[in-house]
Amino acid sequence: MTALPRSTEKKLGLVVDLDTCVGCHACVTACKGWNDQGYGAPLSDQNPYGADPSGTFLNRVHSYSVQPEEGFAQTINFPRSCLHCEDAPCVTVCPTGASYKRAEDGIVLVNEDACIGCGLCSWACPYGAREMDADAGVMKKCTLCVDRIYNETLPEEDREPACVRTCPTGARHFGDFADPDSKVSRLSAARGGYALMPEMGTKPVNRYLPPRKKDRPQEASLLAPLLDIKASGFAGWLDRVLGKMG
Amino acid sequence: MGQPRVETQRPVSDEVRKTTCYMCACRCGINVHLNSGKVTYIEGNRDHPVNKGVLCAKGASGIMQVTAPSRLRAPLRRVGPRGSGAFEEISWDEALSLAVDWLKPLREEAPEKLAFFTGRDQSQSFTGWWAQQFGTPNYAAHGGFCSVNMAAAGIYTIGGAFWEFGQPDWAHTKLFVMFGVAEDHDSNPIKIGLGKLKARGARVIGINPIRTGYNAVADDWLGITPGTDGLLILSLIHCLLAAGKIDLDYLARWTNAPLLVNEAEGPEKGLILKNAESQPFVIDKRTGMPAPWDGAGVQPDLGAVWQGHRTVFQHMAERYLDEQYAPEAVEARVGIPAARIRALAAELARVAFDEAFELPVEWTDFRGDRHKTMLGRPVSFHAMRGISAHSNGFQTARALHLLQIVLGTVEVPGGYRLKPPYPKPVEAHPTPHFVAAAGKPLSGPHLGYVRGPENLALKEDGTPWRIDKAFTWENPFSAHGLMHMVIPNAHAGDPYKVDTLFLYMANMSWNSSMNSARVMEMLTDKGEDGEYVIPRIIYSDAYASEMVAYADLILPDTTYLERHDCISLLDRPISEPDAAGDAIRWPVVEADRDVRGFQSVLLDLGVRLGLPGMTNPDGTAKFRDYADYIVNHQRRPGVGPLIGFRGDGTAEGRGDPNPDQLQRYIENGGFYQAHVPEGAEYYKPWNAAYQDWAVATSFYESPQPYLFSIWSEPMRKFQLAAEGQGFIQPPDHLRAQLKLAMDPLPLWYPPFGEDAAAGYPVHALTQRPMAMYHSWGSQNAWLRQIHGKNYLYLPTKIWEAEGFAEGDYARVTSPTGEIVVPVAHMAALNADTVWTWNAIGKRKGAWALDEGAPEATEGFLLNHLISELLPEKGDGHRWSNSDPVTGQAAWFDLRVKIARVGPRDHSEPSFPVLPRVVPKGRARG
Repeated sequence: MTALPRSTEKKLGLVVDLDTCVGCHACVTACKGWNDQGYGAPLSDQNPYGADPSGTFLNRVHSYSVQPEEGFAQTINFPRSCLHCEDAPCVTVCPTGASYKRAEDGIVLVNEDACIGCGLCSWACPYGAREMDADAGVMKKCTLCVDRIYNETLPEEDREPACVRTCPTGARHFGDFADPDSKVSRLSAARGGYALMPEMGTKPVNRYLPPRKKDRPQEASLLAPLLDIKASGFAGWLDRVLGKMG
Repeated sequence: MGQPRVETQRPVSDEVRKTTCYMCACRCGINVHLNSGKVTYIEGNRDHPVNKGVLCAKGASGIMQVTAPSRLRAPLRRVGPRGSGAFEEISWDEALSLAVDWLKPLREEAPEKLAFFTGRDQSQSFTGWWAQQFGTPNYAAHGGFCSVNMAAAGIYTIGGAFWEFGQPDWAHTKLFVMFGVAEDHDSNPIKIGLGKLKARGARVIGINPIRTGYNAVADDWLGITPGTDGLLILSLIHCLLAAGKIDLDYLARWTNAPLLVNEAEGPEKGLILKNAESQPFVIDKRTGMPAPWDGAGVQPDLGAVWQGHRTVFQHMAERYLDEQYAPEAVEARVGIPAARIRALAAELARVAFDEAFELPVEWTDFRGDRHKTMLGRPVSFHAMRGISAHSNGFQTARALHLLQIVLGTVEVPGGYRLKPPYPKPVEAHPTPHFVAAAGKPLSGPHLGYVRGPENLALKEDGTPWRIDKAFTWENPFSAHGLMHMVIPNAHAGDPYKVDTLFLYMANMSWNSSMNSARVMEMLTDKGEDGEYVIPRIIYSDAYASEMVAYADLILPDTTYLERHDCISLLDRPISEPDAAGDAIRWPVVEADRDVRGFQSVLLDLGVRLGLPGMTNPDGTAKFRDYADYIVNHQRRPGVGPLIGFRGDGTAEGRGDPNPDQLQRYIENGGFYQAHVPEGAEYYKPWNAAYQDWAVATSFYESPQPYLFSIWSEPMRKFQLAAEGQGFIQPPDHLRAQLKLAMDPLPLWYPPFGEDAAAGYPVHALTQRPMAMYHSWGSQNAWLRQIHGKNYLYLPTKIWEAEGFAEGDYARVTSPTGEIVVPVAHMAALNADTVWTWNAIGKRKGAWALDEGAPEATEGFLLNHLISELLPEKGDGHRWSNSDPVTGQAAWFDLRVKIARVGPRDHSEPSFPVLPRVVPKGRARG
């Protein structure tokens, strides 16, 4: 059993805007590219050119069909990665202390030197956010790009997670949820940001912005015809429409 | 226990090199990070105008492209039967000598015997110039099967197209409507723009049979029946006209609506009425008398009738006010209830007119009239292949431009804005050049814009000059050629036989052809003399694609990080509405194989052939390589491939070659921008300040103001010919088609082949996935984990009616083919439409993938269901499955029937394993 900090100074996390995410997977491979050469072991691939390719990804996008009771069916694109929970079961279940939540910023990390690859944390995570790297035999997960966000060798504007930096639609936002005035806190408050599966009691830090209501009934502002064209004929229409020109 | 110390200050790399992505046609700027000379990380370039730092899934996986095991390693010569994969490695000297042996006699005797077609070529202004120097009329790139309808309809109507040649005014638009837009062109800029709209809560409407991607985030979705977009658009125009919700001032000032249509019977009927000086004119409301169309202070009268001739406006209004375009008359056909059509028209009108606004920017128009402000209408549109890949696509794209025009939303704040060098009218483009003469270069560029029958590429006996029959009565405005007809026509010897087929980045034996299986046969067929019907095939590619096995000589290209390229204003630049832009690629790493950039190889070949333009009088090379050409080639004096850092390094647009130009581009992040001056950002076709800047920046030699063509005179000229007017006459069997399709006003007709499709009630479409593009990325180790297998997505109606279950396959039958493929259910889909991701399916053995790769076992192409020809009509003619105006391949006209076959483990048809030209990929590079 590993202990969680009683509280963290910051609560760093992501806002993912489901109204804006088009499901392009840019965040998926930007994450793969950064973390393949970043924190800890590379993100390996097995049989990359084979019949059954697989590999380690810290962030994946799923698309779901949703059929509302009324109206047209919809497609929701749903990026999935670690939510950096305040009550992270993946940490408390860890037998070696490898899985931990940082006291200063709340990031949940795996200390790969201490990880024995038992996989308990992955079973404990209700969100499926951890992946065991088959080559390295250690558990991999979103680090919030801990090696970017504090990295003073990067320009200041680049000190954000790779997935946020690359997102073409700007559907991903990074910040401190402990600060009620931060961009992410305000955005989440304004757009009804919600935590995934709060009933699990994990208190996720990340927030998802719900899709705005779609296919709303149009206002009854049907265009009024200028005049009865059938009665007035084309010449009548022409006089009327050009008369508007003044 | 204390927390572990985490290293957070590690430098990413020891060097960053900035170049241009090549994972699709977006051409984003990328920062390539190197450690000890090895590429370790790729991210978007924040300063770059196209992507502003972001990068898509493909771009961020570029590192896997550079290390792919499918990279070709050395020149190859075929030593066994074609298609057997028996090749031997040869030296470059041997390869080029062989090519010269084949090509030199052709140039000296019959240059048209070389057919040179390039696929996803991003150097068309260069490859076209090379073909011009060779003297063959047979050159084009892949636009004919991609989206020439989109390009040509835009040029002929507003002087610029959708695609990446313009974009909505993202900063001001409040309502954005997409027709048939999947996530390819213009990928990252549209995603960035959508993000901006979403951030400020602007409305987005998606009109598409399939609700994925951009359409998934649209606030409203209209799941239209494929092929009926034109009818919907004309119905919207009907509603707007009937309600008087049209921008009369815009129509009168900036379009040919006030010009008069000649009503006199005879050879000029339906042409724009001209005065004694052959100039069109308008009737000035102030005097009721004729006045110059471009005269200062003239107030054109849209309602004028002069000597019995009526204005374009009246012809237009009369046509679309007809009840055949009423929502109630079209709703069943388009699959959208009349009330929704009316509501959409009302919303367009409300936002365009009730939410109009003014920018406090003074400007002067080409007539000399001064304007205190710029009026904005915050409605914008974008459209792509969903409307253009139909046999009615040209007219549908024109209809959409007409809708923009009547709303007054093109080139205004809040509307659709063109990117320099556009706007540019048809008149500012070349006409096609095609007359081949032994040993001579062609007199001008191959591809151009036809003004009338006199520009057709027809010999005196009426037969086509070009192997693809571009610029003929079958498809007069085929401005991008017809790549999909090259192999079938060459095989049929119609209009003549060729000797050498020379292809670059064109996967014609697989996903870049209709009817792929038949094309494979055409490539290997032998005549009675035992020789191949297509005698010689030279192919250049960087990867072991499906096409490689069918070539006789392989010229291996580099990957995108190992080469020079220029993204030129002479071709398809990377401009923004507020700035002309161009860019380069440069070798940020050296190739570790015996491969060469194709453009440098072409120059070498050109010198060996003694081609003018690239050979000095003493026979030596004028350009060392492509990089040298980029810097020193001049298309016109002072105008070269790149506009930046010319002359002494400060000249922009025009100036002498600067030997330091490429270095200056590299220092500038790989690109250059020339900014549109203040006051010239909008109303560009008519804005004197913009026109002057465009001349200074080298787009044209004199100002080119013009009126938008609601009434297309070039089209009417073809209709006149079809009616029997004029000396140049079409063959009789094409008269009816020309009369219909070359209507000078936009119209809708059912997609061709509907009669033959009576027993095939379901529409079948393909879309590009955002994380995969053509086959360029298909062997990418990361991307294939995202899209390694494609399903045919079935709507609920078909899924339930046929009793499909998860894991099932379906038999999909079209009038010309049959496939058996895995299916999946998708609710957010037009009820009579099925679709799949494009080009995921691979041939076994290609791309260095395992024979058991899901792309090759379960993955599939719809191409097998589509023929390049329509079903025979019994009249002895080969009717192309293409748009009759432009020749664009009508992929999306496909109709099928679906039957459940239950669980299977592989798709059909299944082809033999392609012999390997590179070893099977094992570990990641």
